[in-house]
Amino acid sequence: MTTPELDLDGIIDDPGTRIVVCCGSGGVGKTTTAAALGLRAAERGRNVVVLTVDPARRLAQSMGLTSLDNTPRKVAGADGELFAMMLDMKRTFDEIIEAHADPERARQILTNPFYQSLSSSFSGTQEYMAMEKLGQLRRSGEWDLIIVDTPPSRSALDFLDAPERLGRFLDGKLIRLLMAPAKAGGRSAFKILNAGFGLVAGVLTKVLGAQVLKDIQTFVSALDAVFGGFRQRAEQTYQLLQAPGTAFVVVATPERDAMREASYFVERLAEERMPLAGLVVNRVHRSPAPGLSAARSTAAAEDLESRGEHELTAAVLRLHAGRMQLAAREHREQERFASAHPTVPATQVPAMSQDVHDLDGLREIGELLAKR
Amino acid sequence: MGSLTGVRSRDTDWDGVRLHVVTGKGGTGKTTVAAALALALAAGGRKVLLVEVEGRQGIAQVFDLPPLPYEERRIAVAPGGGDVHALAIDPEEAMLEYLEMFYGLKRMGKALTKMGVVDFATTIAPGLRDVLVTGKTSEAVRRRDRTGKRVYDTVVMDAPPTGRVSRFLNVTQEVAGLARVGPVRAHADMVRGVMASPETAVHFVTLLEEMPVQETLDGVTELHAAKLPVGGIFVNMVRTVDPVLEGPFDLAELAMGVKAAGLGDDGNAAVIAEALGGEVVEQQRRAELERTERDALETVGVPRYELPLLADGADLAGLYELAEAIRTQGAA
Repeated sequence: MTTPELDLDGIIDDPGTRIVVCCGSGGVGKTTTAAALGLRAAERGRNVVVLTVDPARRLAQSMGLTSLDNTPRKVAGADGELFAMMLDMKRTFDEIIEAHADPERARQILTNPFYQSLSSSFSGTQEYMAMEKLGQLRRSGEWDLIIVDTPPSRSALDFLDAPERLGRFLDGKLIRLLMAPAKAGGRSAFKILNAGFGLVAGVLTKVLGAQVLKDIQTFVSALDAVFGGFRQRAEQTYQLLQAPGTAFVVVATPERDAMREASYFVERLAEERMPLAGLVVNRVHRSPAPGLSAARSTAAAEDLESRGEHELTAAVLRLHAGRMQLAAREHREQERFASAHPTVPATQVPAMSQDVHDLDGLREIGELLAKR
Repeated sequence: MGSLTGVRSRDTDWDGVRLHVVTGKGGTGKTTVAAALALALAAGGRKVLLVEVEGRQGIAQVFDLPPLPYEERRIAVAPGGGDVHALAIDPEEAMLEYLEMFYGLKRMGKALTKMGVVDFATTIAPGLRDVLVTGKTSEAVRRRDRTGKRVYDTVVMDAPPTGRVSRFLNVTQEVAGLARVGPVRAHADMVRGVMASPETAVHFVTLLEEMPVQETLDGVTELHAAKLPVGGIFVNMVRTVDPVLEGPFDLAELAMGVKAAGLGDDGNAAVIAEALGGEVVEQQRRAELERTERDALETVGVPRYELPLLADGADLAGLYELAEAIRTQGAA
C-alpha cells in the first residue's frame, strides 16, 4: 500500500499557513516535533513562535527556555526569527481577568478561593488557557506562524472539548442558579426559585457546604459582570482552528496504542472539520541491512551455533533478527492505520539513540521530518 | 487479614500492601504493567480488582475485550486459579453512586444531570473528579462482605501519568481551594488516608531512556514531598543482548562469519558485515545510555524490576509472560 508523503516543508513554507497544531497521545514526541518544525520554519524564513505547554526540561533548555514566564522569548542560536514560550495557565487566566475587569472587580475575582482553585487546576483549565493563548498570539499579529503542542491530557482530545465545556458551564443553567442570590439582592436563593432549583441548591449546600457555595456564587457573579461571552470566546477559538490557515499534525509512534489514538484523532478532526495535514510517525526502527530477513538471519545464526563456529557472527545475526522483527511489527501497525485512512499523508522519523539536547538536535529532527 | 485464603507461603516485596497504584510517563506501558501486576497478584487463588480511572478503556484493550462498563466484572483467570476483576471508573456514575451512598439521593440524579451539576462536578470543579475516582477506589479497597471478609485481597489502579500522579493522589490538597471544611473535605480526608497508608504503594513504570527516567526521579521526589508511599520501579521493555556483543569486535571476523553462514560470498560478505556492524555499534551506544539511566534509577533506593521487551508486542500471552517475570522477581 502506498501512503501519500507528508510534505512538511510545503506546509511551513506556505505563507497561508498561520497555525500548526501538533497533537497525539502522551510520550510520542509532540513537543519535540513542534520545536523542530518551529526551528526549521524560522530558518527557512518564517517569523515563528512555538507555544509549548509542558515540555521536558532538557527540551525546554534546548530552546533556551529556563522559566515558565508566559512570554515569548527569542531563541538564541536559531538562524532566523524563532521565539518560544511555555504556557503558564494561571498567569494567562489572571491576565484575561485583569484585561477585562476594573481593578476592584479584578481583585475580587483574583482573591476568590474558588477562582484560585479553578485557575490552577488541570481539569480543563490548561486546555482552555492553551487555546486562549493561541488566540492571543494570533491576534497580536507579531508572528506569521504559530506552532503549538497540545496539553498532555487525559484524553488527547480534551483541548478540543474543554473550551466548549467551560463555556457551556459558564453560560449554563447552573450558573444562573448560582447567581440567583446576587440578582435577588441578597435574599435567599431558595425562596425565589422554583421547586426544582431549590432542590438542587439544597443538595449543593448539603454536599459542598454553604461556604463553598458562597465562594462559587461570588466568583460567578463577579466574572459574569466582567464578560458574559465565555462561550463566544470558546467558539472563536474553535473557528480559528477550523480556518484554512491551520494545519493539524497528528504525532504517533509505531506502537499499537499510539497508532490507535492517532486513528481516533484523525477521525475526530474530520468530524469537527478541522484541517488535517497528516501523520508524523516518530521513533521508527530501521535496519542498515534490510535485505537480510529475520527468518534467514535466525536460521543462519542457528546453523552457526549448531556447528559451534563464529560465536560473534551468530550473536550479531540474532540482534539483527530482533531488529527486523521489531521493524516488521512497526510496519504492520502503520499498515493498519494506512488501510483505515488511505488518504492521510504520513512521514516517518527514525528512532534516535538519544534525546534532543540542543538546537543541532532539533535541526536534525527537522531535516528528517522534511525529507521526501 | 480476615481469612486464610489470602495468605500465601511465599514472601514478596509488598506483603501487606492492599492498593498498588501504577503510574508512568505516556508510552512506557503503564496500563500493560498494571494489568500484568494484577495477574501476578491474583496468582495462586487470590481476588484482585484492576481499576482504570481515565476513561481510556486501556484495560479492555490490553485484555482484548469490548469496552468495560461501570461495573466490576471478572476479566481474567490467573495462573494457579486466582481472579482478576476490572472496573473502568466513570466519574459521573461514581458521583451519583456517592450521592446515593452518603446522602440517599439516588433519585436526584436526573435533576442534577439536567441542571449541569454532574457535568460541573466531574469536568470543571477543581479536584472533584479526582476525589470521585480515588474515592471509588478507596471504597473497593475497604469493602467487606456480610461476613466481614474483604471482598478484594488487593486492588491495582492504573493511575494517571507521572506528571500528574501526586496531585491526583493528594486529594485533600486538590480540593483545599474548593472545600476547606464540610462534607467534601471530610470525604477527601478519608480518601487521602487510604492513599497515604502503609498499605498503599505507588509504583513507577519507566523505560531506560532519558525522559521517562527523569520523570520517574521527579515523580519520586514529588511523592516524598506529599508524604505518599513510594513503591517500586518497573523498568519495562528491557532488551537482552548477548554479552559477546558488548566488547570491541572485528569486522573482518564478522565478514568471515557471514560467509560461513552462507549469507554472502567474497564479493558482498564485507558489505553485509559492515551493515550489520552498524547495528552492533548502535546497540552498544544504546547499552551505554541504558547503563547511565540504570545508575540514575539506582539512586532512588527502591526495589527495581526488569520486564522483557515482548517480541510480538503486549498481547494476552505477553501479559502472562510479564506477570511471571513480576512474580519471579518478588514484586508479587
